[in-house]
Amino acid sequence: MNARAPILTLRNLSKSYDGFEAVKGISLEIPTGICFGLLGPNGAGKTTTIEMIEGVSTPTAGDILYKGDPQRRQLADQAGIQFQSTALMDYLKVNEVLDLFASFYPAPMPRQQLVDLCQLQDILDRSASKLSGGQRQRLLLAVALVNDPELVFLDEPTTGLDPHSRRQFWHLVETIRARGKTVLLTTHYMEEAERLCDDLAIMNQGKIIARGSPQALLDEHFEHVLVCLPQTHFTDNCEALRRELADTLSFSGGQAMITSSSVDRTLQQLIESNISLDGLQVRNPTLDDLFLKLTGLSLEAQESLASEGSTG
Amino acid sequence: MISLRNIRALFIARNKEYYRDKGSLFWSFLVPPLIVAVIGFAFSRQDPAIFSVGVLGAPQAEAPPVLQQDYIRTIYYDDLNRATTQLRYQQLDLLYDPQAGKYWINPRSVNGKAVEKLLRVPADSPQMSMERAEVPGRAIRYVDWVIPGVLGMNMMFSALFGVGYVIVRYRKNGVLKRLQATPVKPAEFLLAQALSRLCILLIVSTIVFIVCKLMVNFLMLGSYSTLYIIAICGNLALIALALIIAARTASEEAANGILNFFSFPMLLLSGVWFSLDQAPEWLQGVAAVFPLTHMVSAARSVMLEGATLADVAPQLGILLAMTIVFLIIAATLFRWRED
Repeated sequence: MNARAPILTLRNLSKSYDGFEAVKGISLEIPTGICFGLLGPNGAGKTTTIEMIEGVSTPTAGDILYKGDPQRRQLADQAGIQFQSTALMDYLKVNEVLDLFASFYPAPMPRQQLVDLCQLQDILDRSASKLSGGQRQRLLLAVALVNDPELVFLDEPTTGLDPHSRRQFWHLVETIRARGKTVLLTTHYMEEAERLCDDLAIMNQGKIIARGSPQALLDEHFEHVLVCLPQTHFTDNCEALRRELADTLSFSGGQAMITSSSVDRTLQQLIESNISLDGLQVRNPTLDDLFLKLTGLSLEAQESLASEGSTG
Repeated sequence: MISLRNIRALFIARNKEYYRDKGSLFWSFLVPPLIVAVIGFAFSRQDPAIFSVGVLGAPQAEAPPVLQQDYIRTIYYDDLNRATTQLRYQQLDLLYDPQAGKYWINPRSVNGKAVEKLLRVPADSPQMSMERAEVPGRAIRYVDWVIPGVLGMNMMFSALFGVGYVIVRYRKNGVLKRLQATPVKPAEFLLAQALSRLCILLIVSTIVFIVCKLMVNFLMLGSYSTLYIIAICGNLALIALALIIAARTASEEAANGILNFFSFPMLLLSGVWFSLDQAPEWLQGVAAVFPLTHMVSAARSVMLEGATLADVAPQLGILLAMTIVFLIIAATLFRWRED
């Protein structure tokens, strides 16, 4: 199979419910064998989109093609899904949950392989309802992988995990990806997207606002590095500097951020204007900065907006 | 079409969940014997208000004028055995055969003696020469009468809540959504739930039946196999009803309300605690809608009257018809997820 041929194609996909348009006509092609990320704040329409692709909800308009087939006949057998929030049956042990789901498929992944892959060896006899967050996510991942799928959906798999569990989970995703599977991941963690995704689409308010590999997106939108200072250093008596910096200066979350093509020159400007360099940071732009640039709002601000209104 | 493998896997999983839930296990075994014990203790005497006289022959057969009193209920029998059984357990006070000029009484029944006196009072009648026979036996106590109801009630609650509530909870917490993303079909899932609950109900009811029998030694005249067939048909109908209730609901509170909406009328009107024979016709009509009514009445006639499978065929037919109708409705309405 041609590795670049799209495994999934979305055409003008829309979804409305209760008079709210959650997804507004998005189109995407997702190549085979990569880790593709849908990135965006809560309420951007990521989960709605991924659930339409999985077939658990129906689009209001538009087409979804799996390997070119609009009926997606093979999808049920070839896909593995980890939902954002699912419980498992009460009172079943981890190995019993795996038994149950394995029995639904004609050719499940060999048990030992699955257990090793998802690091479940130590918790096989544990009740599935009494697992820690990280263990639970690993079990849900194992359930998603039980049929040895070609395409794996992971809907915000690390939300609510502690940093150690998150890193452990990232490692699992990289292993799965290395086995030649296509991974479709949604996340609102920029760091996660930068680390895992070969290609991503940034969503906001039901639309795709940017598309490309993390590095390509950053290169496209930022030719510069960011020089950051506490906002309080910019007092009223530095009008001249403000004028000089003009569009390259922005304020967000108590920080003054200067988009700079030459750190030397920017620092010189600051010193000449008698601005304190305490707390100075020079860093490369991140996807978070990109999101801020594209929407005019930081992810945090978007999320607090979203949590007042719509749902994901 | 339907994969037996999937049904089997879901069936086993559900059974494990059931017996590992120690709390629910404890209560389903404890409650019915407790109720039976209380009733056995509280209603140890029963005093029927009117006399019941059995008459052998077709309903047009002449009853002696003395029996045509408003305080005497006349019941016609064409089967002598059935009638004497009723007399033995003091469901009848006296049995009379106008053709043969013979009557039977139960010497241990006070009412029987009173009716006999009435029958023999008129001096001018040929009744004086009537042949007298005795059929001794103890009275049916209220506890004997109520046992089929209590067992049926336990099955009803277990079927409605055990199937209905569990599916609604699965829908709410996402288990159904997870299953929807597998090749499992709704019919496979629903069948597995129904079969699992049916087996659980039969096992639990058998144990409860034995415990109650040891406690109060209630009457059981019919065959156990007939009783099992009634239990299976009745449970299927109740489980199918639960599947309708659980077809779409995604809120446990709402499910609770709906389940109570169905279970309480059944509890009151299905003849669990008191007979509806004397109730107005419209009320009996309402009661006939409930599967429990037919299950309890069939079980009661098997246990108290020794009814055979053929005798209870009408009730079984109704229960099976209800099961089919309910299953079709449930399968049509069912959604994995809340819309």
